Amino acid sequence: MGKSMEKSSKKITGAEILIRCLHEEQVEFVFGYPGGAVLHIYDAIFHQDKFKHILVRHEQAALHAADAYSRSTGKVGVALVTSGPGATNAVTGIATAYMDSIPMVIISGQVPTYAIGEDAFQECDTVGITRPCVKHNFLVKDVKDIAATMKKAFYVASSGRPGPVLVDIPKDITADLCQFDYPETVQMRSYNPVTKGHLGQIKKALKLLSEAKRPMVYSGGGVVLGDAAEHLIKLIQALGLPITSTLMGLGGFPASDKKFLGMLGMHGTYEANMAMQECDVLLAVGARFDDRVIGNTVDFLSKPRTIIHIDIDPASISKRVKIDVPIVGDVKSVLADMNELIATEKPQQNTVALNAWFEQIKTWRAKECMNFAQSDEFIKPQYVIQKLHEVTKGEAFVTSDVGQHQMWAAQYYKFDQPRRWINSGGLGTMGVGLPYAMGVQFAHPNAQVACVTGEGSIQMNIQELSTCAQYHLPIKVIMLNNRYLGMVRQWQEFFYENRYSESYMDSLPNFVKLAEAYGHVGMQITKPGDVEAALKEAFAMKSRFVFMDFITDQKENVFPMIQNGKGLSDMILAEDL
Amino acid sequence: MATQSARHIISLLMENESGALSRVAGLFSARGYNIESLTVAATEDQTLSRMTIVTTGSEAVIEQIIKQLNKLVDVVKVLDLNDGKFIERELMLVKVKATSAFREEMKRMCDIFRGRIIDVADGSFTIELTGSGNKLDAFIESLDKAAILETVRTGASGIGRGDRILKV
Ligand SMILES: Cc1ncc(C[n+]2csc(CCOP(=O)(O)OP(=O)(O)O)c2C)c(N)n1
Ligand SMILES: [Mg+2]
Repeated sequence: MGKSMEKSSKKITGAEILIRCLHEEQVEFVFGYPGGAVLHIYDAIFHQDKFKHILVRHEQAALHAADAYSRSTGKVGVALVTSGPGATNAVTGIATAYMDSIPMVIISGQVPTYAIGEDAFQECDTVGITRPCVKHNFLVKDVKDIAATMKKAFYVASSGRPGPVLVDIPKDITADLCQFDYPETVQMRSYNPVTKGHLGQIKKALKLLSEAKRPMVYSGGGVVLGDAAEHLIKLIQALGLPITSTLMGLGGFPASDKKFLGMLGMHGTYEANMAMQECDVLLAVGARFDDRVIGNTVDFLSKPRTIIHIDIDPASISKRVKIDVPIVGDVKSVLADMNELIATEKPQQNTVALNAWFEQIKTWRAKECMNFAQSDEFIKPQYVIQKLHEVTKGEAFVTSDVGQHQMWAAQYYKFDQPRRWINSGGLGTMGVGLPYAMGVQFAHPNAQVACVTGEGSIQMNIQELSTCAQYHLPIKVIMLNNRYLGMVRQWQEFFYENRYSESYMDSLPNFVKLAEAYGHVGMQITKPGDVEAALKEAFAMKSRFVFMDFITDQKENVFPMIQNGKGLSDMILAEDL
Repeated sequence: MATQSARHIISLLMENESGALSRVAGLFSARGYNIESLTVAATEDQTLSRMTIVTTGSEAVIEQIIKQLNKLVDVVKVLDLNDGKFIERELMLVKVKATSAFREEMKRMCDIFRGRIIDVADGSFTIELTGSGNKLDAFIESLDKAAILETVRTGASGIGRGDRILKV
């Protein structure tokens, strides 16, 4: 007892306090990059070994890596950057995490309190710049506030609808002395997120769902982030409902299950989009009816249907589409309550209608919208993903960048588990792929991690090949190299009469040599017949980072496709062309 | 979800911390909501700020505004005053020309609107007037435009009637 009293009454620096807070929060990894304003903090890191600091090559990558660590584990991701350019470099990463509701704590250094406002060296208004893209942020003005602020930061980031929280700490504060006392609980009169859903609403929802003639479930990223997959599966099995998922929700329900209609939305399947449009009762779980998912609202609302919406964020409800039965609450808890009700009340279902509905869905499925023309000459990007799925037995963590390759990865890698599919859905940030793979591999050192990318996207954070070398990360980069900013080219083909303005990727490096220059294995694959063997060879190199440059069919497009602003049933299928 | 647009007065209590105002102002500009006026000051409890925001929007937009305000981590309570009975007041200071020919006329107008002349100078009066936004507008309308030298308005403050109380 004497010892602990002595410990708590001892004064330590703000930097040391900060480190102790991270220890209290059981942080395993801090992704960061040093600089003047955080030197005291880095010195304190030097003196500890409870968490590992990962030195990236660009602050944006630190944010993405911490973000993916969180996406793949459910824990809070932590990043540390210096003031000024360190903070501005981090902004893209913060905004990316914010759009996808990822819990993160970002610590940024700031110029000393006495210099704030004087345009000091490496000063910027970090709190002001990040305000619109964080869940919350703090500027710590007194060493006494560090511990309580950090406690709040972790609590706010991970509760309610999660999101990134930034803590800006001026340099002098990290040198000031204070006792360390980490609060055990947080009380914030202004912040009390709801968790339990309203039981009356849940009952009403269940009644609607069981009586529905054409029920449909639309599941989103909230199911993954809320760790509700198990409960969702139980609900779907109990009621025998068809289900689709958003890009962010993939893996929240097993893709291999017969009730799964594939992804919906702009590049969703014919059957998923038609069922969304034609259903009479729609249950949305942890999804937000965004423009890439339901297209234009007028078209969506032209069909009558009753909509039930479960979401942790009241502001997500009735934002774009009026909701008939809103249920505000943690998806996991609401689905658990619903399953309990089903078990006790054994609701009567309209089986005749339900069977007819599945027959209808079968006719949509018969379109086989995901078929693509194979080629002996060119490597089809879809084929690479199919083979990737086979070779990794569907068990890999797959990160992706943004573009056509992202859509093919989402469409053809059939995710059966949550938190395996890691991509930037909301902000659509090119450059996330490689740092995402790093964050995942740190969290799961023995897992297979594949980064599906394009030759455009990979170059946005290519410097991280160095980080991967330093930490011996055995990531496999699957680059679908079409020599185009493919997604841009696809839009130009459809909407700008093939005027490929600035969408050709010229002067590409020799990626094999580039990978080798960093000490990695590089492979180039040009023939369809070599795809499978190459993938097997790469994944057999369990301890090596392998960069696979697949030279793919340049003109391949992503189908089905709903043109921007059109309605869900307005799909262009590959066969239409 | 387009319905008719209406004027709403939203009252809120938030933690009295630096940057609180910019969080609210930033929310309105980022999401494209209207702000007709916004007033803010600490309450009798110095740790809380009370804000009155006058905005216009359809039912759906107002619903979103309230939800988005509630979502701000620093916001303690939000109330749409238009959901019940309330009182709205705004203070305006108007400096008007008051050369000899005009002086009587200005005094008369001021009396009609129950304003007060709070500063008298050689060629001008400064008039203080409180009331609803409409009343202040009406006063301005009734003056000869050429006589108005300067106006300054605080923006509306609002409070619920009777036992409608916004408190922590
Ligand atoms: C940072 C950033 N800049 C621009 C875009 C717009 N954009 C979306 S997809 C895309 C092309 C991506 O090209 P590539 O990585 O080669 O992938 P592909 O579509 O060819 O598979 C671009 C430029 C973006 N999403 N992110
Ligand atoms: Mg490309």
